Amino acid sequence: MNSRTKASVGVGLLLFSSLGLSVLVLRKSDEAREPTILKESLYIPSAKAVKALSLGYTGLMADLYWTRVVQYFGGKHHQRADEYKLLAPLLDITTTLDPHLMIAYEFGSIFLAQKPPEGAGDPEAAVALVKKGIRENPEAWRLWYHLGYIYFDELHDSKTASEVFLQGSQVPGALPWMKVLAAALAQHAGEAETARYLWTQIYNSSNDPNIRANAVKRLLALRVDQEVTQLQELANRYRRETATVPGSFLELVQAGYLHGLPVDPLGNPYLLLDGRVQVSNPDSLPFITKGLPPGQKPSMVVRPKSGSS
Amino acid sequence: MIGRIRVIAFNTFREAVRDRVLYNLVVFAILMVGGSLLMGRISIRIERLVLVNLGLTAIALFGIVIAIFLGIGLVSKEIERRTLYTVLAARPVQRWEFIVGKQLGLIATLIVNAGFMSVGFFAALLYLQHRFESADRFLLVALYFIVLQFIVITSLALMFSTFSSPLLSTIFTFSLFVIGTFATDLRGFGELAGGSTRILTTGLAYVLPNFAIFNVVSEVAHSIAVPGRLILFNSLYALLYATAVTSVAVLVFDRRNLK
Repeated sequence: MNSRTKASVGVGLLLFSSLGLSVLVLRKSDEAREPTILKESLYIPSAKAVKALSLGYTGLMADLYWTRVVQYFGGKHHQRADEYKLLAPLLDITTTLDPHLMIAYEFGSIFLAQKPPEGAGDPEAAVALVKKGIRENPEAWRLWYHLGYIYFDELHDSKTASEVFLQGSQVPGALPWMKVLAAALAQHAGEAETARYLWTQIYNSSNDPNIRANAVKRLLALRVDQEVTQLQELANRYRRETATVPGSFLELVQAGYLHGLPVDPLGNPYLLLDGRVQVSNPDSLPFITKGLPPGQKPSMVVRPKSGSS
Repeated sequence: MIGRIRVIAFNTFREAVRDRVLYNLVVFAILMVGGSLLMGRISIRIERLVLVNLGLTAIALFGIVIAIFLGIGLVSKEIERRTLYTVLAARPVQRWEFIVGKQLGLIATLIVNAGFMSVGFFAALLYLQHRFESADRFLLVALYFIVLQFIVITSLALMFSTFSSPLLSTIFTFSLFVIGTFATDLRGFGELAGGSTRILTTGLAYVLPNFAIFNVVSEVAHSIAVPGRLILFNSLYALLYATAVTSVAVLVFDRRNLK
């Protein structure tokens, strides 16, 4: 090995060792920065200012902001965060830059409305976003559908939801089931049944895998709520008829109340603890309202009717 | 060896100081700092905020422009003027000594420039506040981080200068600067993605320079303290990354046929 090769090997070693160490130091630097400095903030909070700064390239800027929305939501969702402070302003900037970016209204309204950690828990902001979308895109009947869904499912305002579905059904091109929904709500159909219908429609009409996966989670939760209600009725009946509190579902099976041990739609067994039906893995069913361990609040709580119009 | 590097560094510094474009940029940056005073006046209660944000941004951006424009010509100019052959052939100077000397000379130039611009910045701050406050010490940290940015940018410009034309070196260096400011977003994207995309983007995010870690302008504008650990790790990162890039420059330059 001549001296030049030796020198090159030395420099090469220096290159790789310093690059490797720089990666380690970079990770340490991030750790040092995050707790104190990386606070949530928008450097330019005004949508109009961002639009002006984009020098006319608003489409590209909207795409960048939309990417930021996705990253922000994904990151927060991954951390199971309780707050999504920047989601609404980021969506406002995105839709101001490109008022025809339909995915921003559709995605944004769903994830703004859902309770933390599944979303920002801000249905009013979701309503404002979708109304903005309707103003900018009067031909988009699907936005009326999303608006109705928020009123029904998150604000529990069936009357307004029905009016919204009816208005949406009058937009040219709207699918006929919008009228069905309007009618179903107007007649005060059973809420679980209507919710199931809504989520099935969302699942069937959307191509977005996130929206479809979310719809599946909702449908599973509805099924679990129904099954827990039925199992609880059986347990209560056993208690009345035998004057004993059932300790497990095995007792109900042995007494002929059930044909087999019940399992939830994900295959996990239901539990019967002190006569109370519970799911065995509540974290895997984020939207259930029944069968939760004592003290655990559901992700989607039933709120009092708001006075929204 | 040290003496030869020092001579090259000093000559690089002297040559850079003679460059009139440099003065124009420094004057323009100081004007920007002064202009931020005016901008602060037309807003309400955010005069200091505007001055700090705009002033530090001007110092950083103009410094980076100076670093790129001086850095990309360091080697190519010497080749063009044929002065490189005189240095390497007639004097006992190793190629790596030439590269390191050039780099240190340019860093010294940039530190002096940043110093001049900082004097203008602090003068404007004093004019606005009539006195310095204890939170103003964090501004020195932000300025120090800006200098660290210059060191990394200089090493990149110098590396490209060893094998590419000035125009392409400018494009490459500036592109890496832009990518580097979004390095944290790139890593975030990698963490959200799956499979090979995740490996690729995460790997890229760590191999490409990360300029985002040096940007604490917004925080110091709000008088938020910068932790000592961050100063230490950012200093180490700049040093290690610049060493790695300079090593590439040395390896390329060592193999280059200069005849």
